[in-house]
Amino acid sequence: MADALSLAVADLHAFYGDSHVLHGVSLDIPAGECVTIIGRNGAGKTTTLRSIMGLIERRTGSIKVAGQDVIKAPPERIARLGVGYVPEERGIYATLDVTENLLLPRKINDRGMPLDDIYALFPNLKERRRSQGTRLSGGEQQMLAIARVLRTGASLFLLDEPTEGLAPVIVQQIGKAIELMKAQGHTIVLVEQNFHFATRIADRHYVMERGRIIDMIPRADVASQADKIQQYLGI
Amino acid sequence: MSSQVILGQLVVGLINGSFYALLSLGFAIIVGLLGIINVAQGTFYMLGAFGSWMLLNYLGIGYWPALILSPLGAAIVGMVLERTLISRVYHLDHIYGLLLTYGLMMFIMGTFIYFFATAGRPYPVPADLRGGFDLGFMFLPKYRAWVVLMALVFCFGTWFAIEKTALGRTLRAATENPNLTRAFGVNVPALLTFGFGVGVALAGFAGVMAAPIYSVSPLMGGDLVIVIFAVVVVGGMGSILGSIVTALSLGLLEGLTKVVYPPGSNMVIFVIMLIVLLVKPAGLFGRER
Repeated sequence: MADALSLAVADLHAFYGDSHVLHGVSLDIPAGECVTIIGRNGAGKTTTLRSIMGLIERRTGSIKVAGQDVIKAPPERIARLGVGYVPEERGIYATLDVTENLLLPRKINDRGMPLDDIYALFPNLKERRRSQGTRLSGGEQQMLAIARVLRTGASLFLLDEPTEGLAPVIVQQIGKAIELMKAQGHTIVLVEQNFHFATRIADRHYVMERGRIIDMIPRADVASQADKIQQYLGI
Repeated sequence: MSSQVILGQLVVGLINGSFYALLSLGFAIIVGLLGIINVAQGTFYMLGAFGSWMLLNYLGIGYWPALILSPLGAAIVGMVLERTLISRVYHLDHIYGLLLTYGLMMFIMGTFIYFFATAGRPYPVPADLRGGFDLGFMFLPKYRAWVVLMALVFCFGTWFAIEKTALGRTLRAATENPNLTRAFGVNVPALLTFGFGVGVALAGFAGVMAAPIYSVSPLMGGDLVIVIFAVVVVGGMGSILGSIVTALSLGLLEGLTKVVYPPGSNMVIFVIMLIVLLVKPAGLFGRER
């Protein structure tokens, strides 16, 4: 079982240039829990993950990873605490082949998944290990983006829309990987548009609107609050 | 026209091309990784040459130690400048990096002119590399053969380090997407400083290599940077292989032009640059965006 990391975000504000994007976001995620952040496009979900990762320069408030405040820390320090990031745009490097993409993130400890296990989980990646990263299909790129952070020994994962635009059979494979992360006791923050997918995996759902968290729905209440959720998502 | 003259000029071209290759290689690493058009690349070449001259004349340290110490010294100067000045303009338009390094070039060159005047100072060819080979069509001094050999070794070594090693993998990733690379635990700012140091060290190394051939002067390298710039544009901005291949080919082409039409030899590189820019703006080895 991994040493999962807790994540506590309090009163997080973030800015892109002059525009104020996050207005006091708070999240409280104990170690080993899997939560989603749901909400419409432009609600601030991606910005929240980017802020936690240290990729938004202007941010205020507090972000604690396993109790350590990282609001002033650069991204590389946050990553080295054990945070694995799968960005929305996948972030596969064109100048690196598949293996090089996999080996790029620095190992944090020896508890990560061995390369052979990763290839067993995603056989496509093994087949294409000499291909240029961006020559992969969208689904394979997504697998690579997830595989890349599994190897490092990270135990808090920030996953930004890992199923976006993918065929159902690939969504299933991605789902399997995330369930495996969960089974290993890792903490997972999942931004997801596919609510059906999200409800299968997550313990709780944070609902975001206009840069604020407006509701929190535990797994048990999802069925009874279905109408409300549909309204939040604008379906 | 005798084949003797042609072959002779080709060898001269290959030697010039070797210097272009070492300098444009460093230039390409810096522009690719830092996005800085380092106009001062020729200045670090001059610093390398002057470093070896000073080591010899002030401390009695000869060519072989200077080959390591002088590029190292240039790299330290470069890394201090990167940390204190150049890193402050990364977030600005490329023109600011160009202007800043231009200013640095003028400042360093001016300081050296103040203390050493502009006359060339001789630097002896190391004893082990005196003499030469009779190739039949020309006499090739051993030292010049050494320059070509070392340039090839360093070019291949740098290419190998960037394409085939873990450090090179990280450098390529940081070149392509610096912010995301930080999110994977890589200290990119430190890597940029290191990359700048490597680029500068290559220029300094070329300077030490050049000292016995061209003599040492504050003005050396000043006009070389324009050729380097053309080489990197033709090869494709930031392409390592592109700059190596282009530098050697353009050196050869320049030599050949000296035989066919001597007045054109100073111009031919820039004519090629114009044509490449019109036909393939990203350069011969560059990636279209």
